[in-house]
Parts: sequence; structure tokens; C-alpha cells
Amino acid sequence: MDFQLTEDQEALQQGIRAFCDGRVPVEKLVDLESKQAFDRGLWQELAEMGVFGLRLPEDAGGVGLGHADTVLVFQELGRRVVPGPLAWSHLAAGHIEGAASGDTVVGGLDLLGPDDGPILVEHLESLDALVVLRESGVFRLDPRSLPGEPVATPLDPLTPVHLVAELPEGEQIADARAAARWRLEGAAFVAGQLLGIAEATLELAVPYSLEREQFGRPVGGFQALKHIMADMFVKQEVARAAAYAAGATLDDPEVGDVVRAVSIAKLIAGEAALRNARACIQVHGGMGYTWEVPAHYYLKRTWVLENVFGTVEEHAERVAERVAEGA
Amino acid sequence: MDLRYSDSDEKFRAELRAWLAEAVPAHGEQPAMNDWDARRVYDTGWQRKLFDAGYAGINWPRAYGGLEASLTEQLVYYEEIARANAPYVGVNFVGLLHGGPTVIAEGSPEQKEAHIPRILRGEEVWCQGFSEPVAGSDLANLQTRAELDGDHYVVNGHKIWTSFAQVADYCELLVRTDPDAPKHKGISWLIMPMDLPGIEIRPLKTIAGESDFSEVFLEDVRIPVASRVGAENDGWRVTNVTLRFERGTAFASDMIHMQSFVRTLVDVAKRTTRGDATAWDDRLLRNEVGHLSAELDALWAMVKLSVCQSSRTGVPGLGGSAVKLFYSELAQRASELAQRVIGRAGLSRDDVGDLPVGRFLQKSLQSLSLTIAAGTSQIQRNIISERVLGLPKERR
Repeated sequence: MDFQLTEDQEALQQGIRAFCDGRVPVEKLVDLESKQAFDRGLWQELAEMGVFGLRLPEDAGGVGLGHADTVLVFQELGRRVVPGPLAWSHLAAGHIEGAASGDTVVGGLDLLGPDDGPILVEHLESLDALVVLRESGVFRLDPRSLPGEPVATPLDPLTPVHLVAELPEGEQIADARAAARWRLEGAAFVAGQLLGIAEATLELAVPYSLEREQFGRPVGGFQALKHIMADMFVKQEVARAAAYAAGATLDDPEVGDVVRAVSIAKLIAGEAALRNARACIQVHGGMGYTWEVPAHYYLKRTWVLENVFGTVEEHAERVAERVAEGA
Repeated sequence: MDLRYSDSDEKFRAELRAWLAEAVPAHGEQPAMNDWDARRVYDTGWQRKLFDAGYAGINWPRAYGGLEASLTEQLVYYEEIARANAPYVGVNFVGLLHGGPTVIAEGSPEQKEAHIPRILRGEEVWCQGFSEPVAGSDLANLQTRAELDGDHYVVNGHKIWTSFAQVADYCELLVRTDPDAPKHKGISWLIMPMDLPGIEIRPLKTIAGESDFSEVFLEDVRIPVASRVGAENDGWRVTNVTLRFERGTAFASDMIHMQSFVRTLVDVAKRTTRGDATAWDDRLLRNEVGHLSAELDALWAMVKLSVCQSSRTGVPGLGGSAVKLFYSELAQRASELAQRVIGRAGLSRDDVGDLPVGRFLQKSLQSLSLTIAAGTSQIQRNIISERVLGLPKERR
């Protein structure tokens, strides 16, 4: 057993991190926001970095890597709140022509959860294809034909949404088992993004607390704030272990229960991102409540990611069922 | 990022499991909590069996008779002893996990020869004389004085939270040998035989009703200078040396025990009626169980990650405090949940009907110590924020 990152994985992580830091630095989020969050140029570059074709075999134009590698890549995308239907385009690679190369922007809708409320589709205007996960399988829809209206004020300024009145059946491209599998893998990759958010919010909070002075000293020196940040660190480390374990278990299902490992990752990383994003705002004090400080982007993205591939509640229920089966 | 145990780890597991399957039932029932003579016999007897089977000193160097198992073998070891419900270190705790390793690292050849084999065979029980009424989290503020008189130190002071003092043969004792030096610089580390004149032990009663801890009063106790480990006034460093042995595995078997505790809790919930349903039909309870089990699994993955890191670098990971902090709070939540499941049956600390009330309550009461002992949760948060995150240090 060597649960650590391999040298190749470290290199992969550093490569994607350097790309994201250069291409989507926190200061640029405001620019992206004015561009309605979608930048085809950025999408192409992400495709060239291998983000979408990461798990496709090399002879199919992919990179030939595994699930754990993908979790690492998504962790970095989460760390810089990179916008777009990232997990969907990644899952669609190999199933929809052009998804891996970034030529076809694929978004998606997960109807496998218990939420049967209004249909809100992310990034609809920028999509070339929409996939829908249903009990019966994976379906492909033409996003341009959907009846609906853009929502004027989306929650996440980098995730525009459309309210869709009615969803046509579409063309089935994969069976029910595949739909469940997409949802499982999607949950693991989104857990990676949530881990990245949990880390990034701590990385924002610590230097701010050292720079901001009150009562004649940095606020980060007060135990009340130190302990908030220590708890953020613990949440981040637990989320890291859970997300990596999900990736490693997907790659080698004999080491554990894949469904349980992925549910745990989505749940734990989801909670960590939510708690840490909130704590990051708290550590920033009044400035944390402003649009100018980027903390809110992380919290809003967390809320978006919480609502795809299973919520914390849904995954907690699933883990409880698994425990009860073994009790 | 590989979670698969190696073939040699699995071979180690199979052999250990086979041995435990016979040895554990043969060792009999654990004695009553305050029957100290019986507890000593039981725990040291188990240690002797481990020794005879070649499993003693799992993390001790081979040169000192230990098994020097790899870190992944240690994980297997903890998984298996928890699975087999085998006795854990018990009264051998201080000798095996702290005193012994300190003597190995810093002791003289004579000290090693006198103590190491005996600790390993379960022939010698140690206790810890570190904390004092005025020196808890601020341990370096300890006041117990040791004054040189020929080839002896004359020791006077008052120790507290001394585990297993009533059955110990030796005490790892921190004393102040230079009252004028800054507080971290005037401390020495002594091996004190517990049968010397001038030692008085007064057991404390914990909120669980146990007497695991004692106060130890020292009046003109004469300890040979030859019993000092390391140089005079270098005791603070000597104490911290053993942290090298700590790689976040200290609570490993407790964590695995807790997973089975949660399964028991679910089993009880399934057969506990609430109106015309069972306690397990309560969505809130299931949700909390889901969270707790997820956190426990994630914690175990975190231990694996931290173990693999230190295995590669040879240095303990920074995760030790995070593991302790997270584990201790989880343990309290788990037992609180167990109490919610048993409801009014929990007014009894003895088993009621077929409900494991006694075990649930025992766990719940004992878990209260976890966020206090071995560095409070507040101290752990200070350590994380200062050593890991680089935030300003508290006044020392």
C-alpha cells in the first residue's frame, strides 16, 4: 500500500495547478463573471491539458489515466473555481463526439436523485449537447431545442442557469447501468472539486488573518480565529483522505466498497467545502461579506456542486443503509 | 494512490488472525474495572503471550527485541486486534508506548538492559509522572523538585493523572533540577522505582467511577542519579524524543472498535420500538449514523495517508494532532448517539434485558476524557494553527 500521490500524480497535479493559477487566478474571476462565465478559449485549453479525455485510452485520443488521477485534476479545478460543466464533459468523453477535444461542450442534468423540483440547467446557452441521467439510462438532448428562459440572477455568478419548462425524452446513448456509473464517477470527481474548495478557502483565510490587524495585532493571532482555522485544516485533511480513497477504490474495487467510498467522499468533501467556505467569510469579517473578496464565489460554487450527483443527505442515507446491511 | 495491502502484509494478517483466533478466547474475560491486581495479571499475561508468539513491541526496533513491523503491517495489526476483540495494551500502556521507547532512544546501556526486555515480556509495569496540579496543558511549569545529595536526587512534589500508579513498578518522572533556568531548561527525566520510601498513591475516582488515575505524593524520595535518562536539565527534549514513535497510529485500534460500536448501535436501533416503528426508521438518526460512519471511514483513510507519508519520508506527518482532534470528538458523538437510541434504558449503567446499555454508557462516560487527555482539543488546535498553518504563537 502506498496511498500517497505517485511522482506522476504529483507532476499531474502541479501541471494543472500551474495552468489554473495562470489562466484563472482569483483576480480574474470578476472578468469571467462579466463574460457570463463561459470562455470557449479556456475550454479548449482545458481540453488540451487533458481534463476531459483524461481517462480515455491513448489510442482514442485520451491520456489513459485513472479515477484517482481524475480526482486530483478536479481538486485543482475546484481550487480555482474554474467554471463550466467540467464533470459532465469529462464523463461524456468517449460517448459524445468532440467532448474530449473540447469541440463539443457537454452539460448535464442528474435526475437520479429524489429532487423533482423545477428543472434548472447549468450553462445551457453554452452547451452543444446536454446529457440527462434517468433511471432508464443516459439520454442525449439538443440544448438549443429546449423550451426555457435564462434565470436573470443565478446563485453562482459563474454558473448561469436556465429554467426549462419541459424536458423532451432525447436519444438514449447508454443503458441504466451506465447512468448509475456516470453518477457514481461524477460524485467522486465533484468530491475532488469540493476538496479543492475546502483547501482554497483555508489558503485565503490564513494570509488575510495575518495581514488584518485589530487591537494592535494580526487577528490571526487570536485563539478564537486560530481555532476556526485549525478546524478548517482538519476538515480539509479528512476530505482529502475521503476523496483520494474514493478515487483509489474506483481504480481497484477489490480494496473496498466502491459505492460506500464514493458516497463518503461526496458527503465529507461537501461538508468540508461548505464549512470552510463559510468559515473563510467569517475570518474575513466585514470584507468577507463583500462581493470584492472572492470567498463568496467558493461558497456559491459549493452550493451548486452540493446539488449534483447526490446531496449530503442522500449520501448519508446511503452510507447508513450500507452500515445497516452489515449490522 | 494505492490502497491495496501487499502480499507480505496479507501474509502477516493471515498468520496473526489465526493466532488471535486461539489466543483471545483462551485468555478469558477481562477483570472488573477496579480489580487492579487482576487487571495487572490479565494485561501482563497477555503481553507475555504476545511476546512468546513474536508479536510484542510491534513498533519497537528489532535490536531491542521488538517486531519492528512496517507501518502498513502495524495498520494490519491494529485492524486484526480490534477485529478479534483482543486485549489492548492496558496497564502496559506507559511502558510500551512511552517509557520504553524513551529508554531505547536516550537510555544508557545499563538502563536498557535493566528495563527493555522486562517491559517487552510484561514483567515490568510503568506509570507516568508528568502532570501536576499546576502543570497540565502547561506541562513545563512542573514544580516537583529534585535536589542532588551525593549520588541521589532527593525528590519532593505532587504528581497527578498518573495512570496505573497502583500496579506500577516504575514511574517515568519529570522533575525540576534547576529552578533558576527558564522553565523548559531545568527539567530532568528520571526512572523512579515505585517501591521507594516516601511515595504515597491516592487513586482518583473518575466520572466513569474508575480509578485509572492517581495522585502521587513524593516526600524526600531518594532516587539514584544513575536512574536519570539523558543529561541533567535536558529532560524536556528527552520527553519529546518519543514523539518520533508517534505517527498517528496511537488510537488506531480504538478507531476500528468504534466502527463496530456504530454497527452495534444500528443493530440496537433496529430492534428498539418507537411507537409503531423502530428507532432505525427515524430519518434523523439514520442521517447522523451515515455522517458518523462516513467520518470514521474517512478518518481511517486519513491514518493510512499519514502513515504512508511518514513511511516514505521517515518523519512523522503533520497529521497527528488533526487525527487526535477529529477522532476524540467523533467518539463523543458516537456514544451520544448510542444514548439517544437506548433512551430511558440508559438510566441504568447495567445491561437491561438484551440491550448493551452497560457498554454504551461506559463508552460515553470514558469518551469524555478523550478531548482532555494527551493534549486537550484546545491545545491540539493551537498546535495545528501554529505549527501547520503558521499563525502567531501563544505566550509560553
